[in-house]
Amino acid sequence: MSQKFKRQPVKMVPAPSYGILPERDVTSRPVLETRNLGIDFGGLRAVEDFNLVIGKTEIAGLIGPNGAGKTTVFNLLTKVYQPTMGTVLINGRDTAGMTTVQANKLGIARTFQNIRLFGNMSVEDNVRIGLHNQIGYSTASGILRLPSFWKGERDQHERALELLSIFDMQDLSNHQAGSLPYGAQRRLEIVRALATNPSLLLLDEPAAGMNPHETEELMENIAKIRDKFKIAILLIEHDMNLVMGICEGICVLNYGRIIAKGTAEEIQNNPVVIEAYLGKQKEG
Amino acid sequence: MMKYKKPSRNFITYAGVILVFLLCELALSGAVPFFKMTRSLKGQLVPICVYIVMAVSLNLTVGISGELSLGHAGFMSVGAFSGILVSQYLLFAFPDANLEVLRLILALVAGGLFAGIAGVLIGIPVLRLRGDYLAIVTLAFGEIIRNLINCIYFSVDGRDLNFAFLNPNLPGKLLINGPMGATGIKKLATFEVGFLLVMFTLIVVLNLINSRSGRAIMAIRDNRIAAESVGINVTKYRMLAFVISAALAGMAGALYGLNFSQIQAVKFKFDTSILVLVFVVLGGIGNIRGSVIAATVLTVLPEMLRQFGDYRMLIYAIVLILVMLASNNPMIKSMLSSIIDVFKRNPDKEGKDA
Amino acid sequence: MIQFLSYLLNGISLGSVYAIIALGYSMVYGIAKMLNFAHGDVIMIGAYISFCAIQYWNLPPAIAIVLAILVCTVLGIVIERLAYKPLRQATSLSVLITAIGVSWLLQNIALLIWGANPKSYQSLVGFGSLTLFDGQLHITSETFITIAANIVIMIALTLFTGKTKMGKAMRAVSEDKGAAELMGINVNATISMTFAIGSGLAAIAGVLLCSAYPVLMPTTGSMPGIKAFTAAVFGGIGSIPGALIGGILLGLIEIMGKAYVSTELGDALVFAVLIIVLLVKPTGLLGKKIHEKV
Repeated sequence: MSQKFKRQPVKMVPAPSYGILPERDVTSRPVLETRNLGIDFGGLRAVEDFNLVIGKTEIAGLIGPNGAGKTTVFNLLTKVYQPTMGTVLINGRDTAGMTTVQANKLGIARTFQNIRLFGNMSVEDNVRIGLHNQIGYSTASGILRLPSFWKGERDQHERALELLSIFDMQDLSNHQAGSLPYGAQRRLEIVRALATNPSLLLLDEPAAGMNPHETEELMENIAKIRDKFKIAILLIEHDMNLVMGICEGICVLNYGRIIAKGTAEEIQNNPVVIEAYLGKQKEG
Repeated sequence: MMKYKKPSRNFITYAGVILVFLLCELALSGAVPFFKMTRSLKGQLVPICVYIVMAVSLNLTVGISGELSLGHAGFMSVGAFSGILVSQYLLFAFPDANLEVLRLILALVAGGLFAGIAGVLIGIPVLRLRGDYLAIVTLAFGEIIRNLINCIYFSVDGRDLNFAFLNPNLPGKLLINGPMGATGIKKLATFEVGFLLVMFTLIVVLNLINSRSGRAIMAIRDNRIAAESVGINVTKYRMLAFVISAALAGMAGALYGLNFSQIQAVKFKFDTSILVLVFVVLGGIGNIRGSVIAATVLTVLPEMLRQFGDYRMLIYAIVLILVMLASNNPMIKSMLSSIIDVFKRNPDKEGKDA
Repeated sequence: MIQFLSYLLNGISLGSVYAIIALGYSMVYGIAKMLNFAHGDVIMIGAYISFCAIQYWNLPPAIAIVLAILVCTVLGIVIERLAYKPLRQATSLSVLITAIGVSWLLQNIALLIWGANPKSYQSLVGFGSLTLFDGQLHITSETFITIAANIVIMIALTLFTGKTKMGKAMRAVSEDKGAAELMGINVNATISMTFAIGSGLAAIAGVLLCSAYPVLMPTTGSMPGIKAFTAAVFGGIGSIPGALIGGILLGLIEIMGKAYVSTELGDALVFAVLIIVLLVKPTGLLGKKIHEKV
């Protein structure tokens, strides 16, 4: 059922926590590769011919006008929707027929455009739920309070605080997640996703609802996360300062198709992109 | 910002249950003058324990896992009849052995086991559905179980256990007799065993809630898609909660069945499921201590209202409606929360607002 | 063969009663998104009112039926105003428990007024029976009238929700309460109207049910209520043709199951079929598919 995702230690990068988590290979093959990915919703083709390769520690941006199909791409990558065409490879493995849970275990984690926290639970418990498959013990030892329960709980607690400290949120650990301010909720979602030890992190509009100062901070933190965890990040964002500022590669989506790919500079000067955003001509 | 309240003050729940148990024992012993128990209340002691276990276990499904189940009495009846069957079979197959304690333990285990199996079998189809549809299917299963038990015949002949479906002509003594139910049951249930079962249930449910699996269950309840996105196996944990809940209800059923000399499947009708659901809702969805209190008070209440004669169930219904209206009234709600806040500021009184 | 025909007619007739009750459930669910567990008990009240009208007040059957409908309609509106309206913003579970409370209340009021002993209900629509095939097949007038009433009600309701202003308002409110209110629809009046129609139908169902199965007790309504609710879910809750199909199928399964499989297992079969249908089509036979947006 749940095959534990084992990573081969090729080139060691120190994991942020001593001994709790496996160390990670950051060389070899790309973390994400999609081939002709697409989906139909009852005749309506929402996404088609989506080809994208993301390297091990790349920060990539997915942009496009409203309704272009960006979130649909995320849902395809995380297997919330099963694609009707094409394939998704995560760390070189085909995800055909997999569930969201299996995709997550392969190393893909995400945040949501409309925040989906466990609002009634504490900040720490939200992160602990993200650690579910990382630091575990059996249900029986939980009910019987066996030593493995106490060890697991302690490890989860320490690791959760450690992860929260990325955003300086460790002091909020006992607060109710739903009562946090908007920006903090978005950050907590990122922490929760990171807790699942992903190799690819998908961020769906991480800066939405943040003020310019917070956005600036977020940009630094995204870069920091990539450097510290050695993971790839793909983000959807409408804030062009953020996208152009930190994304090494950008992919522009319009009407479910990729209309341009390249660096920030290339995208900014691409006439097709400008047309898609400003609508100089009628789109086919 | 609201400070999150850690749900770890479980010791208050345990201490309260133990305290009430000791007080009851004291009253039962009759050692203290003016502190005695009426006969009708004495008869309610085991049912109170049974309903506490029922309410706490249903709260695991409804409150913690977030699935509205209207068929909890079905699991209770599976537990009751399998418990009775085991106990009565041992009684007749080994008439010379003095096995009272062993029989009771085996009956409870059998009740839990068979109800748990029923939970798995029912859970597989039920947990594919959501919301009101899930509720109606659990209701349907509860009724199906009751109907099936009405068609089952078991008899003991020497040491042979005979089973038949829709056919009462079995050799030996009939233990379970279709629509007539089980008769001639040797009563085994005692208040002390009931108390132990309550404690067992509380330990299982509270420890489960405050563990990794419990958090996974609540995560699925709060946001299924987010839970999946962080790699939580939704089917596994919904099933886990459902089956544990069913098994506990089965144990409660076994205790209940062994508290009477005869019992029919009609006892476990849809109304019983609803009654337990009322305990859960009035005690507070997801609030285990509340379930214990509500089950106790609402089982005793009809006895207390006995002086009102025919009007007592009417009063009960009106009280139920008024409580629901009051607890959902925004004015009363804000009043209540401000009262709770006052209590919270005073550390001595903390935790008394159960 | 003739035996089968007789079961078939009985099944359709019982199914018609279920369909009429299911309509009430379905309409209320569609508009208020609540499981009105007290609906079955409104049936019982309707039956008792018509029983009293005939037995104690010596009124003609037609007046008795109208009286039952009137009382139940008012009862439905009163229940909605007093018990459910204050809970519009509450969780569906709170509303469900309140509905259960109302159900217990109605049963106990009936118990206090009319006592626990079953009353033998005198058919209000009994005009003899039709005998066919040399006396092998008896079709009672109750069977005919129940089926006819069902057809008339279905047609009338379909026209009502499709053509009239009030009916369209109902559909709008069940689709989106907030938007309907912005469009100037009086939501409260619309919901009251729905309860009124549902409860009026329950009274008719009560009269028909007790005319065919003449035992009247305070708990008479609860089992048919649950089965009709099952029928509503079966057909796809919120849909008028769904209630019709669900009700008739349920009645047929129940009668056929009792006749050909086993009397004890009739109800179990009904519920088993419901479960199978919901597993294949999770929102019922004619229900709409719901998508969750991520």
